Amino acid sequence: MSKVSITLQNTDDGRQIVDAIVSDNPAAEVSRMPALTKIDCEGRLCLKRETIEERLGRSFDLQELQLSLISLAGNVDEDDDSFTLAWEAGPATKNA
Amino acid sequence: MTVSAIGRYEFKARDRLENFHGNQVVYFHWEEHLLYCAGLALPLPPAMPFRTVLTDILPGCYGLHPEWPQVDWSRVTWMLDSRPFKPVMDASLAANHIGHKSLLRFWTPGLHGIGGIATC
Amino acid sequence: MNAMPPLQKQRKLSLKERYAHLTRDLGWETTYQPMDKVFPYVAYEGIKIHDWDAWEDPFRLTMDAYWKYQAEKERKLYAVIESFAQNNGHLNITDARYVNALKLFLTGVSPLEYSAHRGYAHVGRHFVGAGPRIACQMQAIDELRHAQTQIHTMSHYNKFFDGLHDARHMHDRVWYLSVPKSFFEDACTAGPFEFLTAISFSFEYVLTNLLFVPFMSGAAYNGDMATVTFGFSAQSDEARHMTLGLEIIKFMLEQDEGNVPIVQRWIDKWFWRGYRLLSLVSMMMDYMLPKRIMSWAESWEMYFEQAGDALFEDLSRYGIRKPKYHEVAAKEKHRLSHEVWSIFYNYTQAAAFHTWLPSEEEMTWLSAKYPDTFDKYYRPRFKAWSEMAAEGKRFYNQTLPQLCTTCQIPMGFTEPDDPTTICFRSAEYKGERYHFCSDGCKDIFCHEPEKYVQSWLPVHQIYMGNCGGAEVKDVLAWYHLNFGVDNFDYEGSPDQKLWDEWQAQKAANPV
Repeated sequence: MSKVSITLQNTDDGRQIVDAIVSDNPAAEVSRMPALTKIDCEGRLCLKRETIEERLGRSFDLQELQLSLISLAGNVDEDDDSFTLAWEAGPATKNA
Repeated sequence: MTVSAIGRYEFKARDRLENFHGNQVVYFHWEEHLLYCAGLALPLPPAMPFRTVLTDILPGCYGLHPEWPQVDWSRVTWMLDSRPFKPVMDASLAANHIGHKSLLRFWTPGLHGIGGIATC
Repeated sequence: MNAMPPLQKQRKLSLKERYAHLTRDLGWETTYQPMDKVFPYVAYEGIKIHDWDAWEDPFRLTMDAYWKYQAEKERKLYAVIESFAQNNGHLNITDARYVNALKLFLTGVSPLEYSAHRGYAHVGRHFVGAGPRIACQMQAIDELRHAQTQIHTMSHYNKFFDGLHDARHMHDRVWYLSVPKSFFEDACTAGPFEFLTAISFSFEYVLTNLLFVPFMSGAAYNGDMATVTFGFSAQSDEARHMTLGLEIIKFMLEQDEGNVPIVQRWIDKWFWRGYRLLSLVSMMMDYMLPKRIMSWAESWEMYFEQAGDALFEDLSRYGIRKPKYHEVAAKEKHRLSHEVWSIFYNYTQAAAFHTWLPSEEEMTWLSAKYPDTFDKYYRPRFKAWSEMAAEGKRFYNQTLPQLCTTCQIPMGFTEPDDPTTICFRSAEYKGERYHFCSDGCKDIFCHEPEKYVQSWLPVHQIYMGNCGGAEVKDVLAWYHLNFGVDNFDYEGSPDQKLWDEWQAQKAANPV
C-alpha cells in the first residue's frame, strides 16, 4: 500500500480540521512545519463533515476546505458528508 | 520522429552559421576545473589559427584560475566533438575541422583543480 | 384550461446532482458546423476519447461555490497585504538576502502564472466535454489571480529593494529566465492533451509541491508574511489543479489503451523538463533562504520519491511506469543546488538578483544535509572563491556559458555517476550540432527536433547581436537591469547598504 496525504494551513479552521482528521483516522501521521501541517496516512484518509462541525461548533460545508487546503496526494472523492483520499487497489476500469 | 502538428511544421535552425556575422560558435571546457561552472561559448572567426585561440582568447576566459599560468599546451590532451583530437597549432579552426558549435574539451596533465579537487 | 402541476416541495440538490447539472447540460452536439470543425485540436495528438462524460471533477465544484470561496480567499489575502504594508513588514524579514528569492520568483514564476492563465483559457475552449472545460476555465481564472496577487504582494518590496521593477520585460529577455519561459512555451505550443499532461500532471501534481510548499514555509520562517499569504492563497487553488492533473491522466488512460504509450512519453518528457526547471528552486532552498526549512535533497525525497512512488504505483495498473531518468534525479539530489548556485555565482554580473558566499554557519548546515558531497566537492570551492574575494577579486566568469538546447540552463550539470565531470551530450540534425546537459534533455530534442531547433538561446542571441550590444552593460540595459545596482554580489550592493542602515537604526532605537 501507499500513503495518501493532505496538507493544511495552520489557521484557526485548519487546526480544527487537523484534529478532526486525526480523531477519525487513527493511523494518520502528523508533521507540523512553519505555517502548515502535513498529514500522511496509509492507503486512505477520510474527512467527515460531522466531526469537523463538532470541532468547529458550527455548520461546515466540506467545500470550505478550499480555504485551508495546501496540497494533497491520492484520488479525491467528495460528496456532501465526506471527503476521501485513497489509492485504489485492483485493476483499472475501462470505459472503451 | 516528428512533431504532432496541425499543419506543416518545418523551421530553419535558429542558430545556423549565417546568423553569426562571419563568426562560428565554438565551445570550450577545461576539465577538472569547475571553478568555471560550465562549458564556455565563444564566437570566433573560422580562419583564426588554433594557436591564437590559446594565446589570445583562452587566457581571457580562464586566466583568473590560479593553475592557469602552469598550463603547458604541449602536454594538453583534447577531445573534439567526442573524438580524441590533435590540433595543428598554426592551422585555422576550419582547417582543424572545428566547425560551428563544435565542442573542445581539454585536460591538463598534472593540473587537476585547486588542491587536486576537480570541482575547484 | 391549463392543468397546474401539483406543487412539489423543493428538495436541496446534493453536491453530486448540482455538479451533474452543470457539466452534463452545457455540452451538446453541434449542428451548424461539424464537431471536428468546432473542436479542431482534440484529435491530432492521437489521443482517443470515446465518452467525454466519463470525466468528472472529484471536488464537484460548481460556479457559485467557486466564486464564493475565491472571493473569501481574496478578502483574506488583501487584509494581510494591507496590514503588511501598513506595519512595514519588510523590516521583519530575517535578512535582505532573502529578498533575492522573491526577485527570482517574481521574474521567473509569476509570469508563468500568467502564461498558465492563457494556456488554460485556450485548452478549456478546445475540449469537447463540459467537465474538463469547466475545470480548465476555473483554473484559467485562478492563474490570472495568482499572477495579479503575486505582483501586487511583491510590489511592496519593490518600494525598497532593487531588481523587482520590470519583471514582465525581464522574463522575455534575461538569459536565465529563458529557462522558465521556454518551458512554458513548449507546453503552450503543444496540443491540449499534452498541455494538461505537462502542466496539470507533471508540473502541478508531481512537482509543484517542491516549489510552493518549501518556499512558502520558508517565507514564513523568514518573516515574510505577505509571501506566505499569497503563496497559500495560490496553493489552496493548487490542490484543485493537482486533482485536475491526476484526473486528466486517468481519463486518457481509461478511455483507450492506445493512449497509454502517448501519455507515458509525455510523462517522461515533462517530468524531466519540470525537474530541470526546479533546479532553480533547489538553489533557492539551500542557498537563498537565510533560515532554512529543509534541504533540496530532503524535499525531493519527501515530495517526489515518496509521494511519486505512491502515485506511480497507483498508475501502474494502467501500464504506466515511473518517468524515465527519475533515477538520475535521485543521483543528482546531493549536488543539484550546489551546481546551480555555482552557475549563478559565476554569472551574477548579468543577473537581476545578488548571490553571495554562504557563511560558515550556513556551510555547517550544508555539510550536515549533504554529508557525502558538500565538504568533499563544494566547501573547497567556496574557500577558493572567498580567498579571491578577500583579495578584492571577487570571481566572475568572464565568458558566456554554453547552454543546453532543451532546458537552456548553462552546461554545468555533471555526469550521473561522477560529480566532477560535466555531462556533455550532443546530437546532429540536418547537419547542425546540438548540445544537451543530460540524456533526458537529449531524448526530448531527438523526439521532436523541429521544435527545439527554434530554441531562442540567450547566449547565441547575444552573439548574433540581437540583445542590445556586445558588452555586458549593453545587454543589461536591454534587459532593463540597472548596472551596478541590481547585479553583482550582495556584498557591497545597495540592498545590503540599505538593510544595514535599517539594522543600525533598530539597534539605536530599541523598542
